[in-house]
Amino acid sequence: MPRIEVDVNRCKGCELCVVACPYKVISLSGKFAHTGYYPAAMVQPEKCTGCTLCALVCPDVAIEVYK
Amino acid sequence: MGEKLLMKGNEALAEGAVRAGCRFFSGYPITPQNEVPEYLSWRLPEVGGTFIQAESEVAAINMLYGASACGARVMTSSSGPGISLKQEGISYISGANLPIFYANVMRGGPGLGNIAPAQGDYYQSTRGGGHGDYRVIVLAPNSVSEMGNFPKRCYDLAEKYRMASMVLADGLLGQMMEPIEFDFEPVDPAKLPPKEWALGNAEGRERRIIRSYDLKPGYLEKMTLKLLEKYNKIEEQEVKYEAVQTEDAEILLVAYGTSSRISKEALMLGRKEGIKVGLLRPITLWPFPTKILGELSGRIKKILTVEMSLGQLIDDVKLAVEGKSRVYLHGRPSGGIPTGEEVLEIIKNICSE
Amino acid sequence: MEKKVFSRTKGLTEVFMRYCPGCGHGVIHRLVAEAIEELGVRKRTIGIAPVGCSVFADEYFNCDMIQPAHGRGPAVATGMKRVKPDCIVFSYQGDGDLASIGMAETVHAAARGERITIIFVNNAIYGMTGGQMAPTTLVGMKSTTSPFGRDPRVAGYPIKVCELLSTLEAPSYLARVSVHKPANVIKAKKAIKKAFQVQIDDLGFSLVEILSQCPTDWFVTPLQAVEYVEKAMVPFYPLGEFKTPEGKKEPAKAETKMAVEKG
Ligand SMILES: Cc1ncc(C[n+]2csc(CCOP(=O)(O)OP(=O)(O)O)c2C)c(N)n1
Ligand code: SF4
Ligand code: SF4
Ligand code: SF4
Repeated sequence: MPRIEVDVNRCKGCELCVVACPYKVISLSGKFAHTGYYPAAMVQPEKCTGCTLCALVCPDVAIEVYK
Repeated sequence: MGEKLLMKGNEALAEGAVRAGCRFFSGYPITPQNEVPEYLSWRLPEVGGTFIQAESEVAAINMLYGASACGARVMTSSSGPGISLKQEGISYISGANLPIFYANVMRGGPGLGNIAPAQGDYYQSTRGGGHGDYRVIVLAPNSVSEMGNFPKRCYDLAEKYRMASMVLADGLLGQMMEPIEFDFEPVDPAKLPPKEWALGNAEGRERRIIRSYDLKPGYLEKMTLKLLEKYNKIEEQEVKYEAVQTEDAEILLVAYGTSSRISKEALMLGRKEGIKVGLLRPITLWPFPTKILGELSGRIKKILTVEMSLGQLIDDVKLAVEGKSRVYLHGRPSGGIPTGEEVLEIIKNICSE
Repeated sequence: MEKKVFSRTKGLTEVFMRYCPGCGHGVIHRLVAEAIEELGVRKRTIGIAPVGCSVFADEYFNCDMIQPAHGRGPAVATGMKRVKPDCIVFSYQGDGDLASIGMAETVHAAARGERITIIFVNNAIYGMTGGQMAPTTLVGMKSTTSPFGRDPRVAGYPIKVCELLSTLEAPSYLARVSVHKPANVIKAKKAIKKAFQVQIDDLGFSLVEILSQCPTDWFVTPLQAVEYVEKAMVPFYPLGEFKTPEGKKEPAKAETKMAVEKG
């Protein structure tokens, strides 16, 4: 199943991936990471197509995509 | 080596640099050093080197920063106003521990000043010149022969210590013609040992970074204290001077470059009249011959600095003698050139005090 | 079997990037790093970090790096490329660095046709020093030194670098792209790769201007910032290629002439 992995050590919770995802797969999680940011996480994993659009806009190169 | 040539000072400087392995020059025209870039514009291509007429002195020195970081023997030259613009780059080069060679063929200042020979850039040269704590090795030739032979010494020192070194000359030395004999075999830069810090071609090694900044608290202080270590070593090991008839001298002249030639004339005139004049000519202005001056001042109670500036060299002399001798100044700034007779008159006045 | 279809490029180091959330520098770093890695030139690439927020680029790009004075990247690149013609040399610069203090170095490196690549990040502001007006700040745009918005009567108009440089003979590749949306990121990558290819093929000077967002000093959220790029910056700074190397010939050695031919 296509999926993304967010590196919580790098994610700064900017939300750019959230709006870039055409299928609303991603949202910021409610708990902040040790970095002090709310990292992105998959909220509707079943909808992910592995299109990589989220990873393309991520300024912190925090997303890896599997298919 | 061996053959005697007749050359202009500026040309000797340029030819000396090429023979010392210089393969990259960038500069911007300014009188009285124009013969340097003019000469190198045809001479460097002849040996497979690069000559660039830069858009400004700021660009020129930064081209050196890049070329030196890649391991080349590099040079730039200018006169006061241009050297002022180069201070930015020289400071970065010093912070980044890169070897470069440059020359300042001084003219009258401040401001646009004039194009007459002067020595007003002594402070600028010997105190670093730009922002931050750093030094530059400064060699002061007083003949065309030294103009041609000092670039090699500068490269050797610059690379030994990974820092900037310069020739501080003046318009008179740049423009006059004298016989010259190069005292070293031409250097083939391709045969120099590889520089373990240089950038480019990272195959098979870790990547390298060259920079002059460190924003981590305390780190820059450590970096700068490292500079101090090397500066201390240079002050111990690399001082050069010429002492003329100092053994029995009762009055000591201190002068460098063109002023030292004039002072030598005054010395001879004085000796003819039975006045025991000696001369100490610093060849390295930084590191300054502090120790020998300290020793001489124990015995010689009157010292006269002769300089084509308002009184800059005199500060280093005073620091060296630590009040043990009385130090007098004869300074002619902004294009004024003293004569031997003029200096002799002053010597006589001082002696009759 | 599961396959990784997007992974972090080896062109970047593992160091944590100290940019603000949503800052455009990060994406642009990735695109440059991917380009040199994919083109197989990373081991012979030398990068130049600017003075600006991306001063730390020397820690982020996984190749030889140097950090010079504010705005002098193109001059440093010139020195490097001339003594190491086989190396790929790029200078990464912000708008203050490139179009203000370093304008002379930029224009002249371009005019000489130096065989270097410039990555020019136009975020219309001085990021590092806290949001002062840049040469590229839009008319009416607020900054800490144009608190009432850039007034063209006192501060003139923003500089369009690609247009300016395209009046020169020598440059081979000039393009403007942006990174505010996935489609734009894809185009930006293409342009950056092309710029490096121009250098690899020894075709001359290449520069890519990248419109970028600075949420912090624009005092907006990252989402508002990318919207501002779309709505305000792109209309003023048209995207596209301004000069391409196709059909460009190596200049022939000129005949030696006197300034005024004697009859
Ligand atoms: C000679 C000099 N002048 C000024 C500065 C201060 N300074 C540091 S970064 C900067 C502006 C950087 O802005 P820009 O190039 O747009 O890059 P950004 O930070 O926006 O990425 C300035 C003025 C400096 N370091 N050196
Ligand atoms: S890979 Fe595509 S579908 Fe999956 S989360 Fe990213 S943008 Fe959404
Ligand atoms: S774009 Fe990257 S940094 Fe921003 S929220 Fe998504 S994963 Fe985090
Ligand atoms: S100040 Fe602006 S340009 Fe600098 S890191 Fe933050 S968002 Fe990026």
